[in-house]
Amino acid sequence: MVDRSGTPLVELRDISIAFGGIKAVDHVTVDLFPGEVVGLLGHNGAGKSTLIKCLSGAYRKDAGEIMINGQKAEINNPRDARKYNIETIYQTLALADNLDASANLFLGRELVSPLGFVDDAQMEAETRKIMGRLNPNFRKFSDPVSALSGGQRQSVAIARAVYFNAKILIMDEPTAALGPQETQMVAEIIDELKRQGLGIFLIDHDVHQVKELCDRAAVMKNGQLVGIVKVDEVSEDDILAMIIAGKKPEHLAA
Amino acid sequence: MTDTAQQHQPAAPQKKGLFETLEIDTRLLGMIGAFVVICLVFNVMTDGRFLTPRNIFNLTIQTVSVAIMATGMVFVIVTRHIDLSVGSLLATCSAVMAMMQTAIMPELFGLGLGHWMNAPMAILAGLFVGTLVGAFNGWLVGYQLVPAFIVTLGGLLVWRNVAWYLTNGQTIGPLDETFQLFGGTNGTLGETTSWIIGLLAVAFAIWVLFSTRRNKIAHEFPVKPFWAEIALGGIIAAAILGLIAVLNAYEVPARRLQREFEARGEVMPDGFTTGYGLPISVLLLIIVAIAMTVVARKTRLGRYIFATGGNPDAAELSGINTRLLTVKVFALMGFLCALSAVVASSRLTFHSNDIGTLDELRVIAAAVIGGTALSGGIGTIYGAILGALIMQSLQSGMAMVGVDAPLQNMIVGAVLVFAVWIDIQYRKRTGAK
Repeated sequence: MVDRSGTPLVELRDISIAFGGIKAVDHVTVDLFPGEVVGLLGHNGAGKSTLIKCLSGAYRKDAGEIMINGQKAEINNPRDARKYNIETIYQTLALADNLDASANLFLGRELVSPLGFVDDAQMEAETRKIMGRLNPNFRKFSDPVSALSGGQRQSVAIARAVYFNAKILIMDEPTAALGPQETQMVAEIIDELKRQGLGIFLIDHDVHQVKELCDRAAVMKNGQLVGIVKVDEVSEDDILAMIIAGKKPEHLAA
Repeated sequence: MTDTAQQHQPAAPQKKGLFETLEIDTRLLGMIGAFVVICLVFNVMTDGRFLTPRNIFNLTIQTVSVAIMATGMVFVIVTRHIDLSVGSLLATCSAVMAMMQTAIMPELFGLGLGHWMNAPMAILAGLFVGTLVGAFNGWLVGYQLVPAFIVTLGGLLVWRNVAWYLTNGQTIGPLDETFQLFGGTNGTLGETTSWIIGLLAVAFAIWVLFSTRRNKIAHEFPVKPFWAEIALGGIIAAAILGLIAVLNAYEVPARRLQREFEARGEVMPDGFTTGYGLPISVLLLIIVAIAMTVVARKTRLGRYIFATGGNPDAAELSGINTRLLTVKVFALMGFLCALSAVVASSRLTFHSNDIGTLDELRVIAAAVIGGTALSGGIGTIYGAILGALIMQSLQSGMAMVGVDAPLQNMIVGAVLVFAVWIDIQYRKRTGAK
């Protein structure tokens, strides 16, 4: 069970962001504890990706506060987010297709030799190590990632987040493009990371999967938070009702 | 070759083709092939005049200016931008340098013509202006989000006419003698120094080959067989020393030698001959090529340039400051324009109003023929230099054969389109993007 008595790892307090008059995120408050997976659900355009991009530094919030370990955090760009050990796996995977796996894994954080030149051999060796743990079948170390399958690309993206000791992990539909076997691989990785005490925000459309992988689910509609529920206390239908109707299930509504 | 293409298990031992074992890029091989064919065809058509030491010497010094800028254009195009202002910027830098060494330094600072400070100060001023203008272009593109096509199209007009304005449209010359050393025939290293530099280059190339191999072995990665390593080293050594031999074989005309001896107050010994050797401008190009290749492959800057070209969003999300990167890329392009301006104006021995006209097209063509993809993310420095060499060979070959001027330009234009078409076909075949 997740211990929610201490300070939350992340607290998004009263976050708002608008794009030209449209309130994409409207006063949303969500928190995340160590070793917990919080699912973010909602229709396309409900604002879940936008909310999470404020945390990953891709967007700047208009109002609200981000607290990390109880301290106020200033996140204005992806570099700031990395400083707080926040790693993001984007739906688009954010890989440079023309570079190989190790160049992508270390992108923005290359290992350099004492003379300041990038140390490709060292980076490839590290990549081989971590891929051996995450996806032992991975072989294409010298091909550009455009030559990889969806699952292989996903494992490069995950390896990038895991390698740098993320404390907070954001996954935007990590299994959307994957087959059953690869989805299983991602589920196992999430379990493993949870045990290590990471906090994970998981954006997903698949209610069944959220029930399986997450501890709590936060449902959004039209930029507003419908509610946060513990997945053990609700049925899949309850969650679906929250997504579609935008109402909390009656037995939980106080 | 066909059966190896279908196997994707590098771990399994398999029979590889010769070029695969040597790990030579087949594209590079194709370009070298095209270049050799062009040379041989022109050599036959000119009854052997094309491949004489004299013409090869001329070809190399004519290529330098465009080739230097083409290495910078590779980075610009790789980051999905374009720079149409390089020819004009070259003219502005050339004008600044010409005015510095003929008017500002000698008259304003009262050093007089021929002072040793004139050339270095002129070059510094030119490089500064080039870098500054390039950085300004990059700022407009990166921070103000004006498309590079527009910024540099405007720059094409602006800088061409800044050059005109600076010199009142006059031809400025002759340029300082030290400055002229960068021009080609007026600045060569002589036979002995050329050989020494050639041998140093060979030693450096072999050292690079073997330190790469050692590094791979240290991490237990697969390496190519030792004989392949030796063969590759041999090919490189032969190419370098061959070029030096050819450049040394082009002899300085007797009358010119006589003048040099007279200038030193000596008498030329009977039957004395000596070769030109490696021109300083070509040495400059080689240094630029090595430096740019190192930047592209071994530095973070280079890695970020290629990553941004491959996927700008991914680069941004990986924490790369892509805006500042744009400024750096354009500033580097501006610096190289100024360097080319040194070579171009000193080759002419004067600054003229039309210097560098249409160079933007030659530079872009060289980069594109050399395999730089306009969609971004792909390109090599050596490819761009080879592209410049191919363009120059075509141009001067046709001039030697006596092809009419309009036909020359028609052929060069057609070759550019044809080269890109071949490239697209090649990428389709090999499945590369």
